[in-house]
Amino acid sequence: MSGIRYSFGADEHVFAEIDEGMSLEAFFKGMAICKELENRRIPGVSEICPSNASYLVRFDPDVIHPDKMLRTLQEIEAQVGDADLELPTRIVELPVLYNDPWTNETGARFRERRQDPNSSDIEYSARINGYTSIDDFIAAHSGAPWFVSMVGFVAGLPWLYQIVERAKQIEAPKYLRPRTDTPKLTIGHGGCFCAIYSVRGAGGYQMFGITPAPIYDPAQKLPYFKDFLAVFRPGDIVKFRSISREEYDRDIKAVEAGTFDLTFRPVTFSLKSFHSDPGGHSRHLVEALYGH
Amino acid sequence: MAIEVVKPGLATSVQDAGRPGYYNIGIPLSGALDQYALRVANLLVGNEEGAAVLEASLLAPELVFRAPAIVAVTGAEVAPKINGEGRPRNESFTVRAGDRLTFDFMKAGARSYIAIAGGIDVPVVLGSRSTYGLGALGGFSGRKLMAGDVVPVGTAKPAARAGRALPADLTPTYPKSLELRVVTGLYFHRLTEEAAKTFFADIWTVAPEADRIGYRYRKGRALTFRERTQPFGAGSDPSNIVDAGYPYGSIQVPGGLEPIILHRDAVSGGGYAMIGTVISADMDRIAQMQPNNLARFVPVNMDAALKARAEYKHRDARLRSTLSA
Repeated sequence: MSGIRYSFGADEHVFAEIDEGMSLEAFFKGMAICKELENRRIPGVSEICPSNASYLVRFDPDVIHPDKMLRTLQEIEAQVGDADLELPTRIVELPVLYNDPWTNETGARFRERRQDPNSSDIEYSARINGYTSIDDFIAAHSGAPWFVSMVGFVAGLPWLYQIVERAKQIEAPKYLRPRTDTPKLTIGHGGCFCAIYSVRGAGGYQMFGITPAPIYDPAQKLPYFKDFLAVFRPGDIVKFRSISREEYDRDIKAVEAGTFDLTFRPVTFSLKSFHSDPGGHSRHLVEALYGH
Repeated sequence: MAIEVVKPGLATSVQDAGRPGYYNIGIPLSGALDQYALRVANLLVGNEEGAAVLEASLLAPELVFRAPAIVAVTGAEVAPKINGEGRPRNESFTVRAGDRLTFDFMKAGARSYIAIAGGIDVPVVLGSRSTYGLGALGGFSGRKLMAGDVVPVGTAKPAARAGRALPADLTPTYPKSLELRVVTGLYFHRLTEEAAKTFFADIWTVAPEADRIGYRYRKGRALTFRERTQPFGAGSDPSNIVDAGYPYGSIQVPGGLEPIILHRDAVSGGGYAMIGTVISADMDRIAQMQPNNLARFVPVNMDAALKARAEYKHRDARLRSTLSA
């Protein structure tokens, strides 16, 4: 990674590209800068949006001149540059019914828009990523945890990047032409990113499964929506857990009854520890879920 | 006080000054697309300038008032009528209980604002009454209005009175062909030299897919992106980037075909290269473009963008001093 590339989005935005390609390093640097910017509570800054390998800031140029805004960000870049990249964050386990009937039915409906009309999305993606069975693929997807690297497109939709070495990253092309429909709470995958569709709608990602856990609710019905109507924020860590149809149905009943809950545990991610022992650091993060 | 929706029009929603601060979780600014017309409408009826109003798009609604009120209609060139009788645009007028507000077609402009003294009184969600349709958030039940809805209105301020009018020199016009000023940047360098020229040389036509999320333009020459080995995670099309945040007003060109300018209900990010951003002073003008209107994009630098912004703010200041007098 060389220096950050800054560019103004007209008079109200600065866009900062940490790196052209996605990496944990780029994501981390963006998070660190955005956190510091937030801490400084600079008058005139209205939006701070970390996203994958870049970040976006919206500001009021009548309060802070664009040149001053840019200088501030460059100053923060220099400040966090050599910092030990550690992120105190939280981890949550999300149940997923992989290879479920609803996303498979949707995939079949849009089969002519897919790379391989004769396989389901999960069969196709398992194959092109070198997995001999869907079960092995699910084990990889739900084994190592994922970073929420961006939230957006629509309200509360998290994009996730798996905390594994690049060689182990799951990659899958987007549909040839986007679908006009995707079930709500679909676990999708496009490029190297997982996305959880917070609402039903159009989409182009391969569909691997569905979670019973709502992640966006303007009515804030379930306990974990007490503080806010969207669950995920950039920097959260998510561990998927493969569940059976029986568990899925039980969870859905709990959601309907208003008793379904998610548990978040505090955890610290260290880029250095990850690099020296990727598997070990992943396990360390997941242990926080079950530890006491 | 309340108003009853007899016909909802094409896409009428409750909007105010907007909901900043939640773009990082995908909840956009929302609010009236034409913020100047919002301020005019509110000041004419004695409201706070950012109070909630009804925003109508292309085909305005039919409404019945359940109580007497002071009303003003601003924005697009369209004649309001009370019980079939014409009323002035850009001037506050009185309605009685049972009166019916209807509209002719919009002759110029695409968005009309209906302010009622007291403001639309839907619940405040995350600091705003604006409707964000994609997220079913805010406004009236999180959606655009439907026939049969009864929309609550707050209590009018003592300043509310009929006959307050917007002077001609503060009244915008809505030409069918205009220039939109753009600061290039973001991923502009991904365009070929040829495309970087034709984008600004061509006349672009507003497509039917033009809404609160974004305005799509067509009929210009297709834009080509420089070939490269795509970075990790960026997707295979040369117009793709590693998914990133989209500025308001930013211009993306999926597949190089049709530029899309994101507006106040923007999708907050995605994987299409943005080639520049429309300056803040021109965002209201986009809101008033009808399908088939024409635009030419003009490159400007930051100084010009800030100068245009200062002029815009100066007009706001004159508006406030004129209408609060």
